[in-house]
Amino acid sequence: MMTETAGRRSRLEAVFGEIGAAHIALLAALLVYPVIASDFFLTQIGAYSLIFGMIALSLMMLAGYGGMISLAQISVAGLAAYTIAILGENNSGVLGFGWPWWILVPFAVAVGGIASALIGAVSARTDGIYTIMITLAIATAVFYFAQQNYTLFNGFPGFTGVRAPEFWGVRWRDPAPFYYLCLAVAVLAYGAVLYGSRSTFGLALQAIRDNPRRMRALGFHVTAHKIAAFFYAGIIAGLAGVLLVWLNGRISPGTIGVGAATNVLIIAVIGGMRHPIGPFLGALIVVLMQTFAIDIVGAERFNTLIGLVFLVIVFVSPDGLLGLWSRFKPHFAQESLRSGASAPLN
Amino acid sequence: MSVLDQRVGEGAGVGAFSRRQAWGLVWLLAAALLAWLTFAVWPAWLNAVLISKKAFVSSILNGVTLAGLYFLVASGFTLVFGLMRNVNLAHGSLYLLGAYIGYEVSARTGYWLAGVAAGFIALAIIGLAMQVFVFRRIEGDDLRQTLVTIGISIVAADLMLWMWTGTTYQITTPEWLDGAVKLPIITAYRSNGDAVFINYPFYRLVVLGVAIAVGVGLWLMLNRTRVGMMIRAGVDDRAMLSASGVNVHAVFAIVFAIGAGLAGFAGVVGGSALSVAPGEDVRYLLASLVVVIVGGMGSITGAAIGALLIGLAEQIGLVYFPTYGIVLTFVIMVVTLAIRPQGIMGRAR
Repeated sequence: MMTETAGRRSRLEAVFGEIGAAHIALLAALLVYPVIASDFFLTQIGAYSLIFGMIALSLMMLAGYGGMISLAQISVAGLAAYTIAILGENNSGVLGFGWPWWILVPFAVAVGGIASALIGAVSARTDGIYTIMITLAIATAVFYFAQQNYTLFNGFPGFTGVRAPEFWGVRWRDPAPFYYLCLAVAVLAYGAVLYGSRSTFGLALQAIRDNPRRMRALGFHVTAHKIAAFFYAGIIAGLAGVLLVWLNGRISPGTIGVGAATNVLIIAVIGGMRHPIGPFLGALIVVLMQTFAIDIVGAERFNTLIGLVFLVIVFVSPDGLLGLWSRFKPHFAQESLRSGASAPLN
Repeated sequence: MSVLDQRVGEGAGVGAFSRRQAWGLVWLLAAALLAWLTFAVWPAWLNAVLISKKAFVSSILNGVTLAGLYFLVASGFTLVFGLMRNVNLAHGSLYLLGAYIGYEVSARTGYWLAGVAAGFIALAIIGLAMQVFVFRRIEGDDLRQTLVTIGISIVAADLMLWMWTGTTYQITTPEWLDGAVKLPIITAYRSNGDAVFINYPFYRLVVLGVAIAVGVGLWLMLNRTRVGMMIRAGVDDRAMLSASGVNVHAVFAIVFAIGAGLAGFAGVVGGSALSVAPGEDVRYLLASLVVVIVGGMGSITGAAIGALLIGLAEQIGLVYFPTYGIVLTFVIMVVTLAIRPQGIMGRAR
């Protein structure tokens, strides 16, 4: 991609080449989306897909690069959301310390990261299906705990009346600003995962996924790498959790139930776990189905539909829709390999 | 025990215990303490610390009988896992489906035992079908199998909700199982000198007895029969078993049928003791997961130990720290994973 001619133009081209034309087109489309979309499409489809895409992205990052399928990512997001409700403002009349947003948000995200790292520490010594079992047990335990405990989590009803703050003269809870906020955070998370996958840490993580014994023999601290991956994934899930509680205005145990935990997995599997764009694609499809499947199968049987779609995807294409795509376009599947090879050795 | 095994020189020769003897003593003391706690009439200070003897003994009894139920569910789960490396996350759905089928059959025929049999047989057939039509196609791909079971559990939960709605059902037990029995455990003396005994529902004791019988039966089947021998060989080395001329697929099908059947059986038995409602599938899936994580995956003995620990933790937690009970279960799981990642009876992987 590097051109011989010097000057700003070639540098701009280089930057564009690095980012990729597809990314720029996609970003442009997402940026002009509010112009054509109604408020409903902006928040309930746009922002919702971006938020669930981020939670699924945190799973994709663990599963795709680290080989650890964690079903507890929704719990991490939920804990961050609960932190916002407990330490910020809510109108449930329980707790609600009213911290300002600029302390609250970093704190909630940190809670997500630390919670995720702890989950990682518990499950990192296991792999594959064992990780699924343990994280599912953790997710279920968190759900039951939030439901039973009234002193901290306000039990079954949870917290209501949580609002996105106003700062820099913008009411962030309005549809368009909130959409752009979600988009900005999602782009950041997406870029971070994409960049991180080519970093030394990301490459080490992928190597650990492929052969932990060899990496251990080479002197890498396998468990520490896994826990660190969980921490980063927790940061992303925590950010998504903050946005989720702002979007819904409420957080209750139902949001972090087992159904929600498997939903995140479904999103990631339908989209595909080979590339960070997969989770967002999956989230968009699932959210669209959630919204419009009512016309096809009725509101009650939605879970059957999504479950069947999930089963078909698992049977037909284990790599999700991205996997289907790569069958037609082998170039796409090779992308991560090529970028890995062209990264400088250090 | 031979002299060579003894650790000499620890206490300068005086009362040099072997490690084994020391542990034996510890267990003996623990058993004596438990026996005293159960049978003696408590002094006032102990009643003050542990709420009341009645609460304590009931929570222990509830914990042990719940453990029986958990064992019934988890033994099938761990059996299937041990042999096929298949984490059946639809196991909770099998439990709930068994409970619903047992309810329908016992309500229509009027025979509770018919319901129990129907729960076992119907689920064994469904398990067989799952193994033959679904899991055999994606054999050796653990992750895909697990994902498929998640998909199945979602669809199954939704279809069961459609079929039986959100109503809570109670499977009625026959009269000969109803009522309470007076246990020879004295909680206190009345002022006139009469002893107050603990009454406990007979049916719950039956559940415990059934669980023990099933556990012994499974153990005998695994250790004393030809099929059991094949299953154990399959757990150790699947490829080698296949190479020795055993039809591995038939063994798999049998194990899956037994595992699913036990889940259905537990569904009817549990649905009679507690209740049948949507959401129970998740509860028993969690119980199975934690029990086999703690007890060790693939081990029947481990499932029994795990079930006992989790059942007791849950019920004691319910009495002594309500709303934090689940944390106790969770702590047990985390501590086990920290000390023995493979579970108490699990083998190193």
